[in-house]
Amino acid sequence: MHELGIVFYIIRDVKQAAEQNGVEHVSAVVMNIGEVSTVVPEYLSDCWRWAADKEEMLKGCELKIRTVPAITHCDGCGGQYSTVRYGKKCPHCGSDDTWLLQGREVEIKEIEVI
Amino acid sequence: MDKVKVIEIKKSVFADNDRDADSLRSYLKAKGVYLLNLMSSPGSGKTTTLIRTINLLKDKLRIAVMEADIDSDVDAVKIKEATGIQSIQLHTGGMCHLDAEMTRQGLDNVMLEGVDLVILENVGNLVCPAEFDTGAVRNAMILSVPEGDDKPLKYPLMFSVCDLVIINKMDVLPYFNFDLEKCREYVRMRNPKARVIPICALSGEGVEAFADWLLEEVAKWKQ
Ligand SMILES: Nc1nc2c(ncn2[C@@H]2O[C@H](COP(=O)(O)OP(=O)(O)OP(=O)(O)O)[C@@H](O)[C@H]2O)c(=O)[nH]1
Ligand SMILES: [Mg+2]
Ligand SMILES: [Zn+2]
Ligand SMILES: [Zn+2]
Repeated sequence: MHELGIVFYIIRDVKQAAEQNGVEHVSAVVMNIGEVSTVVPEYLSDCWRWAADKEEMLKGCELKIRTVPAITHCDGCGGQYSTVRYGKKCPHCGSDDTWLLQGREVEIKEIEVI
Repeated sequence: MDKVKVIEIKKSVFADNDRDADSLRSYLKAKGVYLLNLMSSPGSGKTTTLIRTINLLKDKLRIAVMEADIDSDVDAVKIKEATGIQSIQLHTGGMCHLDAEMTRQGLDNVMLEGVDLVILENVGNLVCPAEFDTGAVRNAMILSVPEGDDKPLKYPLMFSVCDLVIINKMDVLPYFNFDLEKCREYVRMRNPKARVIPICALSGEGVEAFADWLLEEVAKWKQ
């Protein structure tokens, strides 16, 4: 269960950030999740609910997920395109000489405190 | 109505692990110990390949093995019995991958004095072990013929982080439509620098190439 492991890393980082900012309770955590990261948002939310409620500081804390679109850059023609739609081959020029610009993020964007 | 205060964090969940991995590598460099992270799907032949390779190398290098397994210690016992070298079990507590911190804890249980090479048999899975740097000097993976030649297309990250791809179970090639040249091409697409070594761990054919690669790598690391 990959997402549960990821949730433990998020909890560790959020608790640390909250303590540094003198926060006692966090009401929401906003995540940037890339479209081609290995994280499935629904599983992540389920694991989050289960694990966060066991932490005093995170009881009832909501996990808000923002999806980061996957974009590939082509060195053949300098263009960009949707990775999920076209994969490795550039739809503009047919080149395979391409690399992922963004879309693998598993990042804590911010926390919300009331 | 209470006002919501937003505190920006902007931190990747992999950031701490990447830092831990770098510090583990510096520690290993100072000690002159080479750590190889070996990954694959379950059953591709990691343990069989390791036994063959260790038996070829054990007069030339002092080797230890760490077997990551969810629960059992079958592989650690198998390695010890078949090669006589130091082999420990590392329990992952249900985790589907190892991170640098777990690897460091595992190494605490290895007697590192005089050891040249530690091989970590990672959890069998082609997805998340690729995402977590263990602190190893190099990543290698084993792809076995029955899994298909298109795996580099389906698991791009795994193949892009590996410097060595071993193709195992070459003896069963006649029974599968596995195209070795196509597979090499797909690996190249993910990582142009990756070395590909076809072997049959069962008979031992091709395993010397892997052993030679390790000898060279360890010598470079100790310079
Ligand atoms: N035909 C054939 N079978 C092989 C070869 N190498 C390994 N096997 C068989 O594949 C099965 C799995 O091998 P292991 O070495 O246990 O594989 P593993 O990757 O360590 O497996 P896990 O640790 O369970 O993930 C065993 O039955 C081996 O005998 C090979 O080169 N050819
Ligand atoms: Mg094994
Ligand atoms: Zn995992
Ligand atoms: Zn293009």
